[in-house]
Amino acid sequence: MTSLLPPAQKNWWAVPVGRQEIIWIAIALVWCLIMFFMMPLWHMYGNQNIPTEAYKVTPAKYQAKVNEMIEKYKVREETAMKIPVVAPPDGADVYLLARLWQWYPMLELKKDVTYRLHLNSIDWNHGFSLQPVNINIQVVPGYEMVLNITPNKAGEYTIVCNEYCGIMHHAMLGKIWVKE
Amino acid sequence: MAQFRQCPDTGLFFHKEAENLMKANAVAGVVCLLIGGILALLVVLTRWPAIHLLPADSFYMVLTAHGVCALIFWMIFFEMAILYFAGSTLLRSRLATPRWAWAGFVMMVIGAVMTLAAIFGGKSSVMMTSYVPMRAEPHFYLGLVIFAVGALIGCFVYLGTLVVAKNEKTYEGSVPLVTFGATVACIIAIFTIASGAEILIPTYLWSIGYISHIDPAMYRLIWWAMGHSSQQINVAAHVAVWYLIAGVIFGARPMSEKVSRAAYLLYIFFLQLASAHHLLTDPGLSVEWKLFNTSYAMYLAVLASMIHGLTVPGAIEVAQRKKGLTNGAFEWLRKAPWGNPVFSSMFISLVGFGFLGGISGVVMGTEQISIIIHNTIYVPGHFHATVVIGTTMAWMGLTYLLIPVLFRRKMIFPQAAKMQPYIFALGMSMVAVFHMAAGTLGVARRHWDMGFAGNPLGFEYPATAYLLMGIAGVGGVIGVIGGALFCIIAVGSLVFGEKLQKEAGLLQSFGVPLADSAYTNEKPARLPMAPAEAVEADHGESGFEAPGTFILAMVLLVSFVIYYFINWKYLSEVWGIS
Ligand code: HEM
Ligand SMILES: [Cu+2]
Ligand SMILES: [Cu+2]
Repeated sequence: MTSLLPPAQKNWWAVPVGRQEIIWIAIALVWCLIMFFMMPLWHMYGNQNIPTEAYKVTPAKYQAKVNEMIEKYKVREETAMKIPVVAPPDGADVYLLARLWQWYPMLELKKDVTYRLHLNSIDWNHGFSLQPVNINIQVVPGYEMVLNITPNKAGEYTIVCNEYCGIMHHAMLGKIWVKE
Repeated sequence: MAQFRQCPDTGLFFHKEAENLMKANAVAGVVCLLIGGILALLVVLTRWPAIHLLPADSFYMVLTAHGVCALIFWMIFFEMAILYFAGSTLLRSRLATPRWAWAGFVMMVIGAVMTLAAIFGGKSSVMMTSYVPMRAEPHFYLGLVIFAVGALIGCFVYLGTLVVAKNEKTYEGSVPLVTFGATVACIIAIFTIASGAEILIPTYLWSIGYISHIDPAMYRLIWWAMGHSSQQINVAAHVAVWYLIAGVIFGARPMSEKVSRAAYLLYIFFLQLASAHHLLTDPGLSVEWKLFNTSYAMYLAVLASMIHGLTVPGAIEVAQRKKGLTNGAFEWLRKAPWGNPVFSSMFISLVGFGFLGGISGVVMGTEQISIIIHNTIYVPGHFHATVVIGTTMAWMGLTYLLIPVLFRRKMIFPQAAKMQPYIFALGMSMVAVFHMAAGTLGVARRHWDMGFAGNPLGFEYPATAYLLMGIAGVGGVIGVIGGALFCIIAVGSLVFGEKLQKEAGLLQSFGVPLADSAYTNEKPARLPMAPAEAVEADHGESGFEAPGTFILAMVLLVSFVIYYFINWKYLSEVWGIS
């Protein structure tokens, strides 16, 4: 039962390591380094990277920005709750607000156009989970995150909330339409 | 005067006070697993779309309780038993300050009961992560703090025991590898509990109104310094259990003490970086910070696990070959004692942890790939592979080992015990794999209704997602049956198992000391060093002593590489984000 006993040599650290282990450690280390460098490489050459741009913001201020945008660019309303749908101009700042239990407002975007999407929650943590593309971003109250997004396919998209946010978490949905 | 008994079957020495503490902690752990398992059944039947068992409010309550009970209480109670075993029994030393250890145990019990009472009170369905500003009742946090302090006391008792053993010269040379691993787990635990205190104490004060505001982003950062590091405790401890079981069953010795110990040290050096995994899609964190931290400084902790992944089965292979099982690459493995639940649990734990849990964990912890996985049900899929197939199954194997040795009872239902690891592993692998698959289709975790019934906005996941969740549900039921079987065998053996020693009565099974007659006042002989001759022989000319293991390791690597790049491919297809 030797793994339960003190090492056979007092100077166990001086015992040479078998060739097999050395080879495996070398292979594993190379793989670890490849995995590590994939990440900065993707920052340089890949198209999906979480940006670091973020601002501290109060709920009232953020709400004001959202309202201002809705006033300017609202095109219609949806559902019995009359949720506004906003069609912002190309490249515009788009403010999306998460609150219990709604994504507000709805958006109408254009394919292959880049927008500055702002995300913030005015109450608890929420999870921006865009389906069916499956893009998932944490939304933390008090922090306004800015993502440059470029929809690459037209269609109707749903924002699911995938951070638990209380009893109606599962009912928290939003919509984004992408037009050709 | 410290009293000891020697197990006539294994030769292990048990210090009377330590023995009772091990029993009490292990039994408390199994009780928590039992509760966690019952809750798991309710959770998994609710997430099975065709059954959708619980209403929403109970689902979120039960899910909170399942996470807390299984992940925190079961794991940590059992880890306390392992620490006392590795410190006292393996070193043939008396346990330092048993009274403190009991105080710690009592605090853990009180804390656990308090937190569960808060959850089942219905106003603390905040999930185990309890992200502020969502608020639980104050005693939810207070219970966790008390539990953690109790565990901290246990850690210090363990360290004290190491000092006692050293001073009283109970062993020759350096501590055994298993004890070394347990020490690593203990050190990580102390760091973890400190982080936990740093975040949970202020949160408690906030919940009773003494502090007005806790920054939600800061909370996530520090909470995960605890939450992820505690998984590192589990890994360090279950790797120690792998080495332990390999040693007991095969007489395996580490292929290289130096390599295994160095790998353990990597866990300590890089553990505190882990919290980043959970924050990869959070606002405002710098890229450099995320890259360095999520990869534990260039994946050096992953490297450590890959090393153990070779050296543990490698040690078994070397020991088996020495017994003459030298045909081909895999005779040693084919002829392993697959009918012995101690071994089968341990080996499934090793393979499942590596192939399912390890690979998926590294992939999803890649900074950008997190975008397509964060908070989907892929995440529970991953960690049921690590913490259930990996850690829980290692603990189960150890329990089977300890029933006769520590509790002095013969195991009941030996035929069922043979099957149990396979049933449990089958069910939990299905949960892990099919949750992961459903996650790639975007199904959310911690979510009561993937159908969004009655919602005016409406959304349908693809039909495949429903199918996958259904299969995961079937797997979950099989897993619960396997888990129940384990609890029945473990607890049943303590109550009804044939006594291997007349003193081992019913109460004795649950922490009451054996009668004095079982012990002597004689100090155990000093723990000798491992026999030296064994060492020279193995490093044969080629130094390639475990070829079968090497092949397995290469299979792991190839699967890893393929799966890793498949995920980059998926990522490249989603909307541009910059
Ligand atoms: C006995 C079989 C088990 C089954 C069938 C099972 C099933 C599940 C399911 C379906 C979920 C919910 C996923 C979601 O909706 O987000 C879950 C969550 C979880 N399980 Fe298990 N589980 C089992 C055992 C365990 C064990 C033994 C552990 C820990 C060692 C564990 C730890 C967790 C944790 C930490 C969560 C997450 C809770 C949260 O999101 O806050 N489970 N489990
Ligand atoms: Cu939400
Ligand atoms: Cu939510």
